[in-house]
Amino acid sequence: MAEKPAVGCKRPSAKVEKNPEKAQQPETPVTKGEHHMIQIGQKAPDFTAPAYFNNEFTEVKLSDHLGKWVVLCFYPGDFTFV
Amino acid sequence: MLSMSVDSMFVHKMWVDKELSKMVTAKTVPFPMLSDGGGTIGKMYGVYDQDEGVDIRGRFLIDPDGIVQAYEMVAPPVGRNIPETLRQLQAFQLVREGKGTKAAPSGWRPGKTVLEPGPDLVGNVWKVWTVDQAFD
Repeated sequence: MAEKPAVGCKRPSAKVEKNPEKAQQPETPVTKGEHHMIQIGQKAPDFTAPAYFNNEFTEVKLSDHLGKWVVLCFYPGDFTFV
Repeated sequence: MLSMSVDSMFVHKMWVDKELSKMVTAKTVPFPMLSDGGGTIGKMYGVYDQDEGVDIRGRFLIDPDGIVQAYEMVAPPVGRNIPETLRQLQAFQLVREGKGTKAAPSGWRPGKTVLEPGPDLVGNVWKVWTVDQAFD
């Protein structure tokens, strides 16, 4: 896990980690109203995101978990089921 | 295990404090809860619903090399089956350890028949694997 985000009034946001091998790719391959779906066998796009864990505010970078299996689970909102 | 929604980490904390801590024996959530403000990451993974402004129920299995091996997408009103995620994870770990020599057929769970694909198996799956193994 990376350094802690500064906790202030500004809401911390996630950021896309650029893939150095594919620098020519547009940063976000999504156009308005169009969904880009991930392909099986493709590298999972890297990112760093603010997180809450063990009663701390922290940051999580996906590529810090290389060497382990990762379950990445999206859900529509807190206070709903998974 | 990483979970992610468009909620801020402050809302994640409120959810843990007010509700999740009462539901899990550990009293806290044993994995990081990530914040995807604006759906930036959800868009990259194809799970962001622009009309609703949320990430739908997408689940990705990423192997130790960072490669996506499986995903599942479910519309918000229906919840997922967690044992199925664990089953797939166990099956992918078996396949990876076998370095291409093993396959986990339909309904595979630890202890059930593992297939070893090769010329001898072609047309002979019925000898080593029965349909009832597809079901629990």
